[in-house]
Amino acid sequence: MAKDIMKVKAKASGGNTVVKMMAKHIMESGQRKDGKTGELIPALFLQTLTVKLADKVVFEANFGPAVSKNPYIAFSFEGGASGEEMVIDWIESSGKTGTETAAIK
Amino acid sequence: MSINRRTVVKAIATGGALIGASVLMPKIAFAAWSKDAFQAKEQTAAMNALFSSAALEESAEVTLKAPDIAENGAVVPVTVTSTLSGVESMSIFIEGNPSPLAAEFIIPAGTKADVSTRVRMGKTTKVTAVVKANGKLYSAAKEVKVTIGGCGG
Repeated sequence: MAKDIMKVKAKASGGNTVVKMMAKHIMESGQRKDGKTGELIPALFLQTLTVKLADKVVFEANFGPAVSKNPYIAFSFEGGASGEEMVIDWIESSGKTGTETAAIK
Repeated sequence: MSINRRTVVKAIATGGALIGASVLMPKIAFAAWSKDAFQAKEQTAAMNALFSSAALEESAEVTLKAPDIAENGAVVPVTVTSTLSGVESMSIFIEGNPSPLAAEFIIPAGTKADVSTRVRMGKTTKVTAVVKANGKLYSAAKEVKVTIGGCGG
């Protein structure tokens, strides 16, 4: 299994869950040039992120290459309890995918 | 007789395939990463590709939080919140970028219309948050200055 790229902090309080997460990813925009060859570095970025709790999608993000390196997102949703596990699916522009889990604190 | 039977079988098979497709389609449409929208070079075109409309209504119920001056265009914190009900999605457009659509967030029922992220900005330009609620588009915009020199001026 590939190395986890998601860093997730999720906290449940008062019936809501606040999620802050960061993906370790270069988010190459396709606009930069290689310093040596002067050629464009091809774009490579995370396209979609889906966060599910108990098989229900609670959040979904579609990214373009204009999202900063190591994308950070914060959001919150109703429900969720301490100890429950969220499933995060991601798709990279190369077609690579990953599934990771994170527990709610 | 045998031909008849064959057509019946065929009809059932096609019918089944159609039902299968119609069950799958909405899910695909929901999750799809819109290539046309993300690769559009111009803001109106990107909006048309994403929402099939670019008719925005400025709304005080959409809040876009972004710095007045971003010292580093590579990391500009942006927060979009909305007090509207029935929010379906929230998107961030950066007018002066090579591809204006930066990100689209799908907000299912039960998730708050409050999302923060960080985006790249190539130059000083207008950032627009578009919130889709009840099939209509609401927006808020803000001009963000990018100082490339990083001296904070």
